[in-house]
Amino acid sequence: MGQIIDIWLSRPNLITFILIFLWGLYIMIAHHNLIKKLIGMYLVQTSVIFFFVTISAKSGATVPILFDDGAMQPVQYANPLPHVLMLTAIVVGVATLGVSLALVIAIYRQYQSLDEEEILSQRLE
Amino acid sequence: MDEGALMNFLANVSLLLLLIMTAAGAVLVKDLIGAVLILGSYSFFLALTWAWLGAVDVAFTEAVVGAGLATVFFLLTLFLTVPREKQGQLPRVQWPVFVGLPLLGALLLFVATDLPEFGDPASPPNTHISPVYLENSLKDTETPNVVASVLMDYRSFDTLIETVVIFTSGIAAALLLWRKKS
Repeated sequence: MGQIIDIWLSRPNLITFILIFLWGLYIMIAHHNLIKKLIGMYLVQTSVIFFFVTISAKSGATVPILFDDGAMQPVQYANPLPHVLMLTAIVVGVATLGVSLALVIAIYRQYQSLDEEEILSQRLE
Repeated sequence: MDEGALMNFLANVSLLLLLIMTAAGAVLVKDLIGAVLILGSYSFFLALTWAWLGAVDVAFTEAVVGAGLATVFFLLTLFLTVPREKQGQLPRVQWPVFVGLPLLGALLLFVATDLPEFGDPASPPNTHISPVYLENSLKDTETPNVVASVLMDYRSFDTLIETVVIFTSGIAAALLLWRKKS
């Protein structure tokens, strides 16, 4: 058991990822307010991106911008591939956020409310 | 742990604590404009953490697109709707949530033992394909920034289709907002 706790303590970024991911997922499922649900969605997206960027880190390495074309060692630079994929993921995440916020505005124009329970009760009438 | 490693660890952990606190605050604050602004500060702390991990391009993008554009989108939505949530409401208590989410968390903690150690240069994601990009990009593309050369050169189709996704979402948002009330 002590060994497992050591493993968790040596990966603090992973613990943070799990906390923010579960928190965002819980808010997406349980919260009444549609804006708060979208805040939860944003937390889930950014936590997954955070996990991938954590994987790319190398201790003692610098940013992936080459400064010497002589004897180049890949160990000196952080892994650039997760950075590229996560750049795409950030922009696509904000695009989906924009569409869902437009949906929220359309729902508000129809029902005059952002509260899930109120919208459901209006639909049942 | 020597002194430099300890300082690094403490800086990392304090940034992570700020992240968790702002993530919690963005949901717990009742006033929606306040919650959105706290979410913006969460994005900035995230950008800081990424810059600290060596992912400067991701940090720039998060600071501009995540903290800037997403906050502006949220604020525009709030100006077109209501800026406060209804008082006296707590999230519903549902038993599948309170069983499922701890189970998922326990599963994630369980598989943590198989993941590579934080910052290990010899871990599988850091050894297979990424050294090829680092070694060849200056020769192939004459761009010192490896992230830019992979994004615009080796994986330019990826970026092209990404702009298609953004265009589609822009059209979808415009159509939703121009819709007449039925």
